[in-house]
Parts: sequence; structure tokens; C-alpha cells
Amino acid sequence: MSDASPSMNEAILQVEHLSMKFGGLVAIGDLSFQARRGEITALIGPNGAGKTTVFNCITGFYKPSEGMLTLNRRDGSSYLLERLPNHEIPARAKVARTFQNIRLFSGMTLLENLLVAQHNKLMKASGYTVLGLFGFSGYRTASAESIDLARHWLEKANLVDRADDPAGDLPYGAQRRLEIARAMCTGPELLCLDEPAAGLNPKESMALNELLMDIKDNTGTSILLIEHDMAVVMQISDHVVVLEYGRKISDGSPQAVRTDPRVIAAYLGVEDEEVETVLTEVGDEDVIEQLDTGPDSAHGPGTSSSYLAGPVTDTVGHSEGERVTVSRGASKAGQVDARSSAAAKPASPTKAKPKAKPAGAKSSAAKPTTKAATKSKTPGVTNRRGGRK
Amino acid sequence: MAVTASPERDIVATPVQRATREALYAGAIVLGLFVLFIGLKTDQNISNELILVQRWWLLFAVVVLTMVGRFVYIAHGQPFLAKQKIADIATGLLPDTVATRFFRLPYFIAAIAIVAVLALLAGSLDALLGPGLAGYARFARALAIIYALASVLFYFRSFIHAHFSALGIAALATYPVIVVLVLALYSGSMAGGFQGSLKWIDNFGIQILIYVMLAWGLNIVVGLAGLLDLGYVAFYAVGAYAYALLGTQYGLSFWILLPAAGAMAAFWGVMLGFPVLRLRGDYLAIVTLAFGEIIRLVIINWREVTNGSAGISGIPKVSFFGLMSFNVSDPNYIAKVLDIAQSGAYYKIFLYYLILGLCLLTAFVTIRLRRMPVGRAWEALREDEIACRSLGINTTTTKLTAFATGAMFGGFAGSFFAARQGFVSPESFIFLESAIILAIVVLGGMGSLVGIAVAAMVMIGGTEALRELDFLKQVFGPDFTPELYRMLLFGMAMVIVMVWKPRGFVGSREPTAFLKERRAVSGSFTKEGHG
Repeated sequence: MSDASPSMNEAILQVEHLSMKFGGLVAIGDLSFQARRGEITALIGPNGAGKTTVFNCITGFYKPSEGMLTLNRRDGSSYLLERLPNHEIPARAKVARTFQNIRLFSGMTLLENLLVAQHNKLMKASGYTVLGLFGFSGYRTASAESIDLARHWLEKANLVDRADDPAGDLPYGAQRRLEIARAMCTGPELLCLDEPAAGLNPKESMALNELLMDIKDNTGTSILLIEHDMAVVMQISDHVVVLEYGRKISDGSPQAVRTDPRVIAAYLGVEDEEVETVLTEVGDEDVIEQLDTGPDSAHGPGTSSSYLAGPVTDTVGHSEGERVTVSRGASKAGQVDARSSAAAKPASPTKAKPKAKPAGAKSSAAKPTTKAATKSKTPGVTNRRGGRK
Repeated sequence: MAVTASPERDIVATPVQRATREALYAGAIVLGLFVLFIGLKTDQNISNELILVQRWWLLFAVVVLTMVGRFVYIAHGQPFLAKQKIADIATGLLPDTVATRFFRLPYFIAAIAIVAVLALLAGSLDALLGPGLAGYARFARALAIIYALASVLFYFRSFIHAHFSALGIAALATYPVIVVLVLALYSGSMAGGFQGSLKWIDNFGIQILIYVMLAWGLNIVVGLAGLLDLGYVAFYAVGAYAYALLGTQYGLSFWILLPAAGAMAAFWGVMLGFPVLRLRGDYLAIVTLAFGEIIRLVIINWREVTNGSAGISGIPKVSFFGLMSFNVSDPNYIAKVLDIAQSGAYYKIFLYYLILGLCLLTAFVTIRLRRMPVGRAWEALREDEIACRSLGINTTTTKLTAFATGAMFGGFAGSFFAARQGFVSPESFIFLESAIILAIVVLGGMGSLVGIAVAAMVMIGGTEALRELDFLKQVFGPDFTPELYRMLLFGMAMVIVMVWKPRGFVGSREPTAFLKERRAVSGSFTKEGHG
């Protein structure tokens, strides 16, 4: 593997073999990745790739069908997120999140929003309401401290002037920043942001970037974010994971992911003609390295519902035994893979043949093969790959 | 012609044309509505047969009256209002200038004079004017009193607005004293004052305050936590029966049973809370409604314990903290201890202050809780439950505490109710009670203590006041019973308030914390909760 696997305490979040099935629909299939401490990890992918589902699994809104989610806290304790009740994930494992469609307490003021976020701390300080009801001083100091913390985050989010206005009165960009400030008031170690830059203008986007970089540098909070705005992703993230149809298609530094043909295919789609050019470009050394990051169709572990087990039919063996097909040939990244293995046919015909045939669902299986055969570079790709394994 | 106006622009209906059209529509609607209500009447003839009485003239009169009214309003009323700038175009409310024109010193003096003259002649009105005119004279007197009071309120409006809560509490605290003194002056003796005050303190004071307390209790569940509870009266019943049963069976004191009744109601609040935790909105409302009915049916059918529909009587009275009793036969009867004249009014006055104290306790706890994390969590739960969970708030316990706290105050009110009545039966805990309490919370403005208190005063006091309008009998004939119309007025008042102020009397929300200045949050931002 190209990435040296980070040691346990370096990874704040380890997602291992995560699967999430809704009835027959496989929203996430055998997803594994890591988010390293103190880094910004971006989770990207086309619409419907299952990014938000991953978030909902991490933050306990969904219970995953399979898999393990380990969160390692700074003090050395670690939590299995799939086993914690929903509300204990922010409280004990210190994972905070924001939502794709902003969920503020719109009838409460900005300050109140941030005070609600400090609920558990204040609850303890108020002796579970009893002591606070009788006005013990412990609660009063805790209350003053919580207001100071709220003021700190309002200043960071540049919203302190509007602290006493209702949250629903804020413009959209400010609401986004407030939601992040609210999440930070829970004192999280991992902050999960679901499309924080969606609907922001470039200026607001810049302000958001600064806020996120500030959080990363000054609080030591690691960030996991879903984002469609590639400018934001490329600018601030240290590590990018790409999903398509619930399967990981790429994983690495922003620069590496940007040039990954599978990512390009997933985002832009591939025409038959373009496959040629994509595959040609794939021929250069960097991209080949990238292609090697994950187990591939031909040599990977294979038979299970692993992400590339059936790139050509997109069929997943389901636990109840029914077969679920995500529209034949829908995965663009799968097509790229299928074509590269189809192109490899002359080199390893027996292995590639069953894979390549349904790939031709789009056009004819033979067409890319014959064309690819004329290109001298492509077989080399496959050879090298096979050689390294 | 240089100007070529398009024909459509020229056709602007004059007010008279518009009024004619509107009057025809109104007449058609009224005809459709009332053709069966007013046009036909079922009656019995001499041989007890059901016959149809046709009243086409009455129907005709109603339709014509409506048409004329609509015509006059559109043709003359609306242009007049527009010319006088009486109604504010933007808000639809009356601007200040109209009020200053309406409340003027000469009018005020005239109103006072009318009240004074008619009050002096109160005894001899019937003889002077005859029963019919005397009825109108009393009606005029009532209007003049209302006008005079409204003028005073209007004159001091800014002061009242600034110190509303303090003034309200002061007024409530001095209410029995004022009532007794005024009636004593009126009747000429202290004993007469106490005797006459019974109705005013019991029917108005205590009755309204019980509903204020119930509504403030329900406000925690509905107004703060946003959980629509249609079975709140069940907790009232639990509190009432807890005191009635334990008081009659074991002879325990009210002061021991008050917290016990509260605890028991809170327990049942949690019992109700558990199964409905996952329900929201309509589903929650239906289950809580069913819960209220279950409690009532259990009370009716569990005869061995609750004596069924016959109810429990002989519930012991509240003592003055064990020092003095309100039973005439007891050695420490209050009149004997203090060496004053015997009167039933002492107990009512004591009960008044007791329920006032309980109300203030409810208000104090609610205000305190709102500024504590649990109160903020309730409001956050109303705003967005999913966001609450994402912030680590345990929504289960938060909901249960809201149910338990609201139920506890319902239980307190219930045990007080049992002590005041001396008798409880399932009749008192029907669904209509829940509906009235909920209506008060919604009318007052969910979450606002002041608004809810005002709403309770208007709704309960208003319906009680309708019983007092006996002079209307002289106007409309002896068959007219004004209290039969109170539910109609109740409904009309609700419709009017909801049209004018959809968020209730006090729609804005007071923030629980502030950095620089406390600014009320407009009702348009707050949510009602989804259950």
C-alpha cells in the first residue's frame, strides 16, 4: 500500500468494513478508512454516494448493518461508536456534527444556542437541576463560564454583535458558522461537518475556511467534512476519501485524489471515447501508484460484498440472499476499472474475461479491447500491477 | 384624443357597486347557512306529535339584516375607516391616535357620572323605569364601568406595560381585601362584606387561579417542550383522587398530601411519558388523549376504591398549617381562636391565598427552570429534536422531566381542587377540561406566563361573568339564560384572538440569557414543536 498505515493513537477515527443497508438498498458497502488526529479529512463523492449516511453512522443517527467504528480519544480511551446510544456519542466520545440542512434552534438567541450545546456540563454543575434551582454558587460560576465560552466561539465565528438575536434571523452563511460554533461548544475531539460550504458565496466560503483552519490549528480538534465545493476541499483538507455508490473509490492526499481517473470518472462520467484518453493518461507513473491504493477487482479479496467485487454488474450478495442491483453499469469508477482490466485482456485473458464481458453493457466489450490493444502502454499498466501484488 | 385609456382601467367599481355585490353574496351565504336552522323548526303539537314549524319571515329578516349590514359596511363603513385612518394598513390593528380619540377626559367623567347616578338609584330602578328599561339601564351601567376601567388602564398604559408582573401580583394579593372592603361599604357591615365576597373570591378568584395554575403546568409540556398533551386533566384527576382517598381513608393532612399528590402525578407523568417517547405530533396527541380517558374510566369503574361515578365526598378541609381549623365544630376553629365573628368567607379567603401561593410557586419554578440547562433543553427540544441529540442531550430524560414537572403541578392543582370542593367525581375530569386548559395555553401564547394568566382570566372569568348578566333576562325575556351562550362566546373569542394574534396574546419569547441586552424573540422564529 502506498500509505503507511498510521499507528493506533494517530488515528482518531477508524472506520472498518462499515456497511449500511436499508432493506435491499446498500447505501454503504464495506467501507474502511481512517481519519488522523489533528487533520482535516474530507469525504467527497457524487450525489447519493452515501456520504451523509456515513456521517449518520458515525454520529449514531443510524446503527450500521455491519462494521466497526472506533474513536480514539486524546486521553487514550477509545469508544466503539456503533455501540453507543445516539446522545452519548457527543457526550462521551466527543464527536460533534453539523447538518446538511442547517438545524439551529431558530427561536432561541445565538447565545442560547451555544448554551444548549453545553448542556451536559451545565447539567452536572447544576446538580442535575436540584442545586441550581436553589441557587447554589457552583451553578452560577459554571453558568458564567459557559457564557464566556459561548462568547469566545461567537467571536471566532464573527457573530458576537448579534449574540442576542434569534438564530433564525441570521443570513445563511452566518447560520452555517453558528452551527459550527455550536458544535465546538460541546468541546469535541472530532468535528463532523456535513457540507459546511453549501450555498455560501466565495467570501463566506473564505471566512469558513479560516474558521476551520483556526479550529484545526488552535483547538486540536480533528475535522471530518463532506463537501462538494472542491475549492474548499483542496485548500484545507489533508486527506481525502472518495465515495461512489457507497464504496470507496479513492483515498489519499488532495493532489493524488484529484488526478485519480476513477475519481474523475465518478464526477464527470466517461464516454467510450473518453475512456481511451483517460486510460492513456492513466499510463503515467503517478496515477498507476494511485490505482494501487485499494484492492482491485482482479486481485482483491473479492468474493464478499467488497466494493469492487462486481464492478461490472454492480451486484451485491445480500445477507438475506436476495440480489440487489444498483442500475447496471451505474458506477463510473467501476467502468474505468472494468475497462482497464478489459484493456489488460491480452496480458491476462483468463482473469479479465468474465469481468470484461458485462462491462460491454455500455457498448461492445470488444471495442475498447481492440483499441486498447493498439496502445502499447496499457498492457504495461496491468503487468506492473500484477507484478507488484 | 391623445389619451387612450384601456377599457379595463376605466371599470373601477364604485363602493356602492361593490357593496351591492358583496351584500348579495352575503345574503346567499346566510340563506344557505340558516335555511334549516332558522327557516324550519321542529316542535311538538298538542297530541305530542313532531311537527315542522315554518319561519320564513324570520329567515327573511335575518337575510335582509345581513345584506343591509354588509352593504352599509362596504359602502360607508370601509371608506369611513379608510378616511379616518382608523385601522393601520400594515398591521390591521388600531393605531394609538384612535385610542386617544376614544378615551377622552369628558367621556370618562360622563361614564363616572352615569355609574354614580345608576348606582345610587340601584334599588329603585325597577320602580322608576319598569323592568324592561331597568335592564337596559343596568346594561348601560356595566358598559360605563367597563369604559371607565378601560380609560384608567389606557391612561396608565406605559406604566402598566413596564411593571405588568409586579402590578398583577399586587392586584391578585390585594383582591380579597378589596372585594371585602368594597362589599362591606356597600352593605354597611363587615359581616355583609364577608358574606357577599364569597361569590367573588370563590367563583372568580379561586376558579381562575386554578386554571392559571393548570395552564402554567401544561405550559411546561406544551409551551416549552413542545409536546402536545391532550390528556393533561388526567394528572389533575390523579392529584385530586390522591388527596381525596388518602385524606378520607387515613386522615392525613393536606400539607402532607400536597407533595404526595404532586409526586404521584409526576410518577404518572413518567408512566405516560415512556410509551409516547417515540411519538410526535398528532400521534402523541391521540395517545395522551387516550391516556386521559383511561384514567377517567378507571376512576369510574374501580368502584371498590374510587366509589365510581358517585365520587368521594367528605374530603377534609385544609387547616391553617395545623394551627387553626376551618371546621366550625373544631375547638381551634379560626373564629374561636381569633375571637371574631363566624363566617364561611375565611376559608375561601384562605384558599384563595393558598392557590395564589401555589400559582406563584409554579411561576417561580418555571422561570427558574427556563434559565437552567434542563429548561433550555426543553425549548431546544421544541425547536429541533435531532439537533438536540447531536449535541449530546438525552432527549429521553429531557422529555420525561418535562412530562413529570408539568404533571406535578397538575397534581398540586388537583389536590387543591379536591380540598376546595370537598367532593370529587369523574365528572370533573372530562376531556373538555383538557381542551380548555390547552386553549388557555394556546390563546395566551405558548411559553409566556403573563399571556397565559391573562388568557385564563379572560376565558374563565369571562364565562363566569356571563352568569352574572341577569339583567339580560329582562331584555330578552325570562327564557334567556346567558350562561348557555358562554361556550359560543368562548369559541368566538378564540377565533378572534387567533385571527388577530396567531401566536396568542404574548407571541414573543423572552430569551433566557443575554450578552448585551435582553430582546424579546419574535414569535415568527419560534417553533411549536412536533410533539
